Amino acid sequence: MTLTKAELADLLFDLVGLNKREAKDMVETFFEEIRTALEEGDSVKLSGFGNFQLRDKPQRPGRNPKTGEEIPITARRVVTFHASQKLKGMVEQHHADKQA
Amino acid sequence: MTKSELIARLADRLAERDSELVYKDAELAVKTILDAMASSLARGQRIEIRGFGSFDLNYRPPRIGRNPKSGSSVSVPEKYVPHFKAGKELRERVDGTVRQNGELAS
Repeated sequence: MTLTKAELADLLFDLVGLNKREAKDMVETFFEEIRTALEEGDSVKLSGFGNFQLRDKPQRPGRNPKTGEEIPITARRVVTFHASQKLKGMVEQHHADKQA
Repeated sequence: MTKSELIARLADRLAERDSELVYKDAELAVKTILDAMASSLARGQRIEIRGFGSFDLNYRPPRIGRNPKSGSSVSVPEKYVPHFKAGKELRERVDGTVRQNGELAS
């Protein structure tokens, strides 16, 4: 079982009362606005959930694992996610409850 | 960008598209989406958003840690921590803009 855009749209239909089309558009736009902010170099802070941050990584030496040939891994910008204390707490609490 | 800025941008998009939905709807939608994502992860159910990324739980085995102040050892129980992996489109868009702008020395 996996949560996907389709299930999120169903929730907006069931809980928020958007129609099917509005719900699908809302979910798509939600993720697109986050992508756009990150693309523009802006970090995204969603309180209670977590932060998406950008990290610039310098070039480093790499290797083609098949041929052993040395090829540099180019400098790049990557997205990292840091879960909020609240989300971490929810995950740990649920695990603890299952153990009990 | 904060949660309230995200809500404001969604409200702007709705207005541009002449939607009947307003700021309040965007606000409730964002809350509903984030609550669903958090409780899904808490239940151990992964999240997969095509073009954006996936959220999973990573297992951390139990270990003996130390209290950095007193130096006494404490047992840290096993736990699960949330983990995000960016999807292809997000990865390429984030990296692409820096390459175009030449912000990174390559």
